[in-house]
Amino acid sequence: MNQQQWHHRESYTFDRNVIAEIRRAANTGIYRIRGWGAKRELPTFDDLVFLGASMSRYPLEGYREACATDLVIGEGRAERPVRLAIPITIAGMSFGSLSAQAKEALGRGATAAGTSTTTGDGGMTAEERGHSETLVYQYLPSRYGMNPDDLRRADAIEVVVGQGAKPGGGGMLMGQKINERVAEMRTLPEGIDQRSACRHPDWTGPDDLMIKIIELREIVDWQVPIYVKVGAARPYYDTCLAIKAGADAIVVDGMQGGTAATQDVFIEHVGIPTLAAVPESVRALKELGVHREVKLIAAGGIRSGADVAKAIALGADAVSLGTAALIAIGDNDPALDEQYRELGSAAGFWEDFQAGNDPAGITTQEPELASRLDPELAGRRLANYLQVLTLELQTLARANGKSHVHNLEPEDLAALTVEAAAMARVPLAGTEWIPGDS
Amino acid sequence: MTTSIDLSQVTLRELNKRLHETDEGRFVVRNPRGAHALAVGITTPVTVDVEGSVGYFCAGMNMTGTVRVDGNAGTGLAENIMSGLVRITGNATMSAGATGHGGLVVIEGNAGARCGISMKGVDIVVGGNVGHMSAFMAQAGNLVVLGDADHDLGDSIYEAEVFVRGKVASLGSDCVEKEMTPQHLDTLSRLLEAAALPAGTMSAGTMSAEPGDFRLYGSARELYNFHVDDVDAAAAAKGKP
Ligand SMILES: Cc1cc2nc3c(=O)[nH]c(=O)nc-3n(C[C@H](O)[C@H](O)[C@H](O)COP(=O)(O)O)c2cc1C
Repeated sequence: MNQQQWHHRESYTFDRNVIAEIRRAANTGIYRIRGWGAKRELPTFDDLVFLGASMSRYPLEGYREACATDLVIGEGRAERPVRLAIPITIAGMSFGSLSAQAKEALGRGATAAGTSTTTGDGGMTAEERGHSETLVYQYLPSRYGMNPDDLRRADAIEVVVGQGAKPGGGGMLMGQKINERVAEMRTLPEGIDQRSACRHPDWTGPDDLMIKIIELREIVDWQVPIYVKVGAARPYYDTCLAIKAGADAIVVDGMQGGTAATQDVFIEHVGIPTLAAVPESVRALKELGVHREVKLIAAGGIRSGADVAKAIALGADAVSLGTAALIAIGDNDPALDEQYRELGSAAGFWEDFQAGNDPAGITTQEPELASRLDPELAGRRLANYLQVLTLELQTLARANGKSHVHNLEPEDLAALTVEAAAMARVPLAGTEWIPGDS
Repeated sequence: MTTSIDLSQVTLRELNKRLHETDEGRFVVRNPRGAHALAVGITTPVTVDVEGSVGYFCAGMNMTGTVRVDGNAGTGLAENIMSGLVRITGNATMSAGATGHGGLVVIEGNAGARCGISMKGVDIVVGGNVGHMSAFMAQAGNLVVLGDADHDLGDSIYEAEVFVRGKVASLGSDCVEKEMTPQHLDTLSRLLEAAALPAGTMSAGTMSAEPGDFRLYGSARELYNFHVDDVDAAAAAKGKP
């Protein structure tokens, strides 16, 4: 076929990928369930730039002058606030979706970098607790494996209301990954396609959440901070309500956020991008007078020190990484390209975290596959990656004259697109125009 | 040793802290005045007797303790109970025994909606009726209802079992009536016995019922796995493209 003919051109509306998906749906009668996050093009932090120093702004010396990165969460309310060396945390990813080796690697890497890691929809494992100096314990609608001993072993508790990949959807773990250990931890029959609850079983709405937070604080004798995690749906209102409910930190996860297994239609079509969500949460924090006191953790599509710096400049206190952390420990490694191809994908494209056959040994419960991941080496890779993000973050902060990364501010930014200017509420580059602000 | 605590004099924080620091003994709590999060996170074999009604999440996450309430309870009574006993003489609001992993919850009166939601091994005995969507997504354990059950009982239920003596307004998705085997009758007799109070005590005999009068409900297991068709394979078998 000669591609260069008008009557052979590919349809923009029905391109080859769309046609393939229609054929797949017609063959199977089931929607596509997959891992990873939204794959389509979205407004991102790439649409913002830092202005840097100039005649009126002094930069700091790149290697010599201090640029602090530390962060404390829950001070004043919790007996043992969370103290992090860097404002970059590892997001909640369940044992079950990830292998025990992967969880260990995340714990090792985060601990070496001085930051926290987080459990997920499946309870706390000994491996994870043992290798994570600071471990955040998720309190999810499913309550799989929830118990007071683990709750008291945690360094913080994160009440999960939603996730960016699927605000309004519960956890999913396909039968291939529900082996004996996972089934037992979740009190479920082996091999079922597990779809966890999407609503908490014993509270509905913000007034109940306030009482729930008091209950959790009472159970742990007010020792540790309480976070509330929401998918970026209505971040202004959700942040207001989480503050009112008494949260010490709010995690806002944008629509790019990764997942272990979710319907493709949910991943690509529900929620708003991280870039749009952060300023809305910050507006809530400022209006209620608790900005930088109640902490904001932004998640969803964070890849580089630039993303971290921009999220912080818009008013977040920290960020959280899912997908990038998995890549750092070996997900989609080009060395495994042939094996990814055998699975009908290729290194750099593989998204089937739900399938349980991960050649990198990360998103699997197959002992042979999982044993391929060396938790010590993988942990070192993660620690290195976190160090690079931190160095990049400091480079940008110093360039803007900041001795602490939390001094970055929206005034340090300009937007490259009208959309980003409107969402981030910073001026379009080269103008003083913020769409919507007259 | 019995310690008396008056919640009009002592804060909730002080009460819970004392309960967490004690290994044994009996506490009598007066003037609970509907307090939320009362006696939560007990992990020792203490006994707490509450004289009056309580708010949300009373005895939440109870492990090995005994908490008895002479009154009514708000939302989430004994939520996520691990073991031990929680018993109330009155009615419980929504989500009683939610996500409980073990132990026994006895509600002498009625329970509201979603009683036993996502239960994971707890046994719950209700003297009266239960509200709609009780045993929703219930994973393991037994819910025994001496009265009636409202709509959508056992919706999306997993391996938990529900025994109802009265009428069931409707069953939820994938919940069906099942045949009562001798083992089921044994389980039921054991639970009715465990829930009954000895003669001469407060509300003695409230839980007496004949196991033979109950019907059993559980999962049809049709929602356990996604149904995936394979038309390509069928086409190949027919020699069609
Ligand atoms: C494999 C995997 C498993 C996840 N499991 C959970 C979970 O159990 N609970 C949860 O709140 N979020 C879960 N998430 C979402 C992450 O916590 C986080 O919000 C998201 O990954 C952030 O976006 P990013 O992947 O673009 O960094 C998971 C994500 C991935 C990739």
